[in-house]
Amino acid sequence: MVSLSHYLILGAILFAIGVVGVFLNRKNVIIILMAIELMLLAVNMNFVAFSHYLQDTAGQIFVFFILTVAAAEAAIGLAILVVLFRNMKTINVDDINELKG
Amino acid sequence: MNFQDFVFYFFATVLITSALGVVTSRNPVYSALLLVLSFVTCAGLWLLLEAEFLAITLVLVYVGAVMVLFLFVVMMLDINLDRMREGFWKWFPFGALLALVLVAEIAMVLSSGPFSLEAMPSPPAQAADYSNTKELGRLIYTEYVYAFELAAVILLVAMVAAIALTLRHRTDKVSLDPGKQVMVRREDRLRIVKMASEKKE
Repeated sequence: MVSLSHYLILGAILFAIGVVGVFLNRKNVIIILMAIELMLLAVNMNFVAFSHYLQDTAGQIFVFFILTVAAAEAAIGLAILVVLFRNMKTINVDDINELKG
Repeated sequence: MNFQDFVFYFFATVLITSALGVVTSRNPVYSALLLVLSFVTCAGLWLLLEAEFLAITLVLVYVGAVMVLFLFVVMMLDINLDRMREGFWKWFPFGALLALVLVAEIAMVLSSGPFSLEAMPSPPAQAADYSNTKELGRLIYTEYVYAFELAAVILLVAMVAAIALTLRHRTDKVSLDPGKQVMVRREDRLRIVKMASEKKE
């Protein structure tokens, strides 16, 4: 039978893939956003698994709110990306150094 | 190995493979499409966990809205792929090692003790007339109604922000202003001049 730890380890693998995705594709903002979505998916997987095995629906409510916030984040992130590309003609992270921080 | 185990391992394999494809693929369009595959696969796993409403929401909201937005932006931007991939293989061994250590550590903590099947057995399946959507709706509109309204405000803020960021007033376009057209008076367009009639010589 599939136990709770199976789902949690699957979530951990997904999260690790997301972290490494940010790490490897550090020049491409679009892939970084996708890797963030992967990490959020891993967290949601853990919430749903706990909600099922503990028989508590509150975990699913949290997933609902995480989905809402993630959708908002993706919309604003992509809008910033479009404005950035319109003004600088690039989305390479190395070229985005206007603020000289 | 019963059918549920088979479904879990099959979906988990597809999910991990497509997630790896998302971060290693050369072309961002392939990355976006593989991310769609991983969302759909994850929805299948959530169905296995009896979270039917969230599984359908994941497909509708993520695959139907967010990923279409991603694909729009990926195809709209003209990016130089070769410069984007600089340093990818140089950092790949370190990244893979980091991921392996992370997964190994978490697996060591999780696989023993409180999360095993003995300590936390799989709950019995819900009755046939149990509705996951009804249960979630009851909770959202009673206990979590304040958070629910906040989520609505967050969505509104996101919509206003996205529109305000990308809105621009173009100066090179040719268009008619209906307000000015309606407000125009005869004196603006027509000039009557009085002059003596001319005679033919």
